[in-house]
Amino acid sequence: MEPLAERGKAMPTAIRLHVNGRPASVTVADPDMPLLYVLRDNLGLHGPRFGCGLGQCGSCTVHIDGESVRSCMMPLSAVGKGKIVTLEGLGTPDKPHPIQKAFIDEQAAQCGYCINGMIMEAAAFLARNKNPNEAQIKEILANNLCRCGTHLRIVRAVKRAASAMQKGA
Amino acid sequence: MLAHQTSRRDFLKGTGLLIVSFSIARVAPTFAQGGTGAKTVAPEELDAFLSIDPRGGVTVYYGKVDLGTGVRTAITQIVAEELDVPLLRVEVVEGDTALTPDQGPTYGSLSIQNGGVQIRQAAATARRALMQEASQQLGVPAGELMVVDGTVRSRTGDKQVTYGELIGGKTFALKVDKQAPLKDPASYKIVGQSVARLDIPAKVTGQFTYMQDFQVPGTLHGRVVRPPAIGATLLSVQEGSVKGIAGLVKVVRNGNFLGVVAETEWGAITAARQLKATWSHWEGLPEQRCLWEHVRATKVNKDDVTSNVGDAVQALQQASKRLSATYDFAIHTHGSIGPSCAVVEIKEGKLTCWSASQATHNLRKQLAAMLSIPESDVRAMYVEGSGCYGRNGHEDAAADAALLARAVERPVRVQWMRADEHGWDPKGPPTLVDLQAGLDPNGNVVAWYSQFFIPEGAAGNVKLVAAELAGLPHETSMSPGNIIQNSAIPYAFPNVRTVAHRLAETPLRPAWLRTPGRMQNTFANEAFMDELAAAAGADPLEFRLRYLNDPRGVELLKRLARFARWEGHPSPKRQSGHVATGRGVSYVKYELTRTYVGAVATVEVNRKSGELRVKHFAVVQDCGLIINPDGVKNQVEGNVVQTVSRTLREEVTFDRSAVTSLDWASYPILTFSEIPDVDIELIDRPTEKPWGVGEPATAVVPSAIANAVFDAVGVRLRSVPFKPAKVRAAIQGA
Repeated sequence: MEPLAERGKAMPTAIRLHVNGRPASVTVADPDMPLLYVLRDNLGLHGPRFGCGLGQCGSCTVHIDGESVRSCMMPLSAVGKGKIVTLEGLGTPDKPHPIQKAFIDEQAAQCGYCINGMIMEAAAFLARNKNPNEAQIKEILANNLCRCGTHLRIVRAVKRAASAMQKGA
Repeated sequence: MLAHQTSRRDFLKGTGLLIVSFSIARVAPTFAQGGTGAKTVAPEELDAFLSIDPRGGVTVYYGKVDLGTGVRTAITQIVAEELDVPLLRVEVVEGDTALTPDQGPTYGSLSIQNGGVQIRQAAATARRALMQEASQQLGVPAGELMVVDGTVRSRTGDKQVTYGELIGGKTFALKVDKQAPLKDPASYKIVGQSVARLDIPAKVTGQFTYMQDFQVPGTLHGRVVRPPAIGATLLSVQEGSVKGIAGLVKVVRNGNFLGVVAETEWGAITAARQLKATWSHWEGLPEQRCLWEHVRATKVNKDDVTSNVGDAVQALQQASKRLSATYDFAIHTHGSIGPSCAVVEIKEGKLTCWSASQATHNLRKQLAAMLSIPESDVRAMYVEGSGCYGRNGHEDAAADAALLARAVERPVRVQWMRADEHGWDPKGPPTLVDLQAGLDPNGNVVAWYSQFFIPEGAAGNVKLVAAELAGLPHETSMSPGNIIQNSAIPYAFPNVRTVAHRLAETPLRPAWLRTPGRMQNTFANEAFMDELAAAAGADPLEFRLRYLNDPRGVELLKRLARFARWEGHPSPKRQSGHVATGRGVSYVKYELTRTYVGAVATVEVNRKSGELRVKHFAVVQDCGLIINPDGVKNQVEGNVVQTVSRTLREEVTFDRSAVTSLDWASYPILTFSEIPDVDIELIDRPTEKPWGVGEPATAVVPSAIANAVFDAVGVRLRSVPFKPAKVRAAIQGA
């Protein structure tokens, strides 16, 4: 890895991204800056959150080409043409994604800070696994941390979402 | 709902007052003209708590705050109920020193019990005044009026006037009347309902503005560079080491306080990581492996005798059977998923601070003291952050932001990094408890004597890291919270003595962390109670009932026995096999004055590996009047899951210089596959006071687990956390 000093001195670079269905262009000083900061600070998308910056907690999770990615560890330069989707790109309070709706229906949040990661991880998973059992849901969320202790509701919400999506909700 | 959220945020950003005064046709003569001068925050004034705009919108000024518990929804329910207005017409402004009365910090499970009850009384006062005014204007006796959705109507239906018309843009100009009649709980339509939380739709769609998302125009990004050793002195800073970092604005040094400010967040992070500084050597912490010897050897500044009945010392000597045990509870960190964050702006000598502080009124005083400016020049506003379980790092981040904002004369946002949070948030202090008890030949308890070794101090202001590092004015005494609570016991033994030896110091800066003291003390008390039941050959639940003379407590334990399908038997169960199962019971009356909780834990213990799985918790709780049953259940689930994590896993580690558990790998918390199922029965008592629910259930968790382990394998776990190595050692040593 290059020394930080060298990276910090990099010239401003324009980078094209594809976020939530639209092209976005940002100019950054350091192309190795993690994607999280572009999304939050340059594009004002607050769904992905800073939790640890170490890839340990999952609060910063986004989708790139449908895969869940920890944006706090993802250098901007590595995103390439990947299509990024954030929590905002899934749905809105008026038109929530079935997973978001399931989290509302199950009241699956306390502070809600980790919920971005729970929803994004589960959304990527449910796109591939239509009918997961409880153990599979717990396994896919094994590296997502919640401190308030909302786990039971989160698992119920993911189950509810899976069932709703199967019914085509 | 979004409009709800947006308008509140806009309001927070503004400095104007919400009370807009414009005249409409029927202006009530009893109410005073509002809109001029500062809004009152005096807690005896009704206007401090409540305003109604001409369109009938109700604004509640809540001096406490929602720390992610859903209490804002509950407060909305209380006010909507008492005033008979729709939920969505009620807006809650929280923790703003310019607008909300000081209702005390948001701690101690008092948000509803104290904060909500005060607001309910204000709403009752407002309702009575509005009804009197309506009676006068409509020419209908108050007894023949009713309120539907904020409109006062005659029962005959021919006359009506809205709250908005009655108040007519004015303020109430009334004292809160403690005698103003409250609605009959039998008529409640909103309180007692599981109203969906108002914040969740925005939170699950990325529309919610957390403190970590909040900025004002022109905000710069700050990061702190903490000393590598807690007490180290900053010898020199090599500013050249960050030269050329894009957007770097300033390296700020103030004594041992060091930070960087940059135009961009990544610029600030890069600079903080890259900045080279030389610090002195410091090794003032004790060896962690000798922590309990250190605690026991720490100077005792005073003894608090928290209960004294009969003569426990003499009764112990005369007892036919004596038991003694020592319990200890590790140091814990708060571990909020989002590290602490704050924004401070200093403009023309006036400081404005936005933070997720649980105590903005106190923070205001602390910031003023640190910077030696008048309190009247400081406004502290609450913006909800990541979950907060006590006095974590929010106030410290605010102090950091204040020093950086002062240095660069621009608004600065400080976001702590993960290591700042794990390393520098104040900790739940280590707790050591010695217990002794005596039984008579029939297995009756004749004496109970406990001694707690815990830091001195109560729930004052915790010193700000930045103030201490910078050598600016700061508190010098410790504030670990009211940690002597629940050192006394709920059981009626003939001789009881409980003493807290208050220690002059504790290794890491202490503060209250969910259920401070009550959890650690209840762990020792309820686990030792289980030891006595086993010594008496009694079923542990039935044994507790023998000594409880509190009817609500007795009812609770009996309902717990039914709810958990408790099959009474003396512990331990006799069983063979590598994996043993057991059940343990625990009980608390919170602070011996309020919320009752009983729990039964079911565990699985692997005798070979020492691995301990908590499979299930059955909880019965009596918190009096319940405002929102699902909200209460959410809290109880959170209490149980978080405390299973604390009990099984958590322990802050440190070397002689600093905390070494600086991330989630070195301070692991429970993950999904390890979460117990939780079943909850709530005892609703609509005519009783509403008591707190944020903390009480936590108190019973560690002891219920310890007692279940004893039931399973016949060994006592007396040292939290119950890591596999400890469990294995206990089993092998048995």
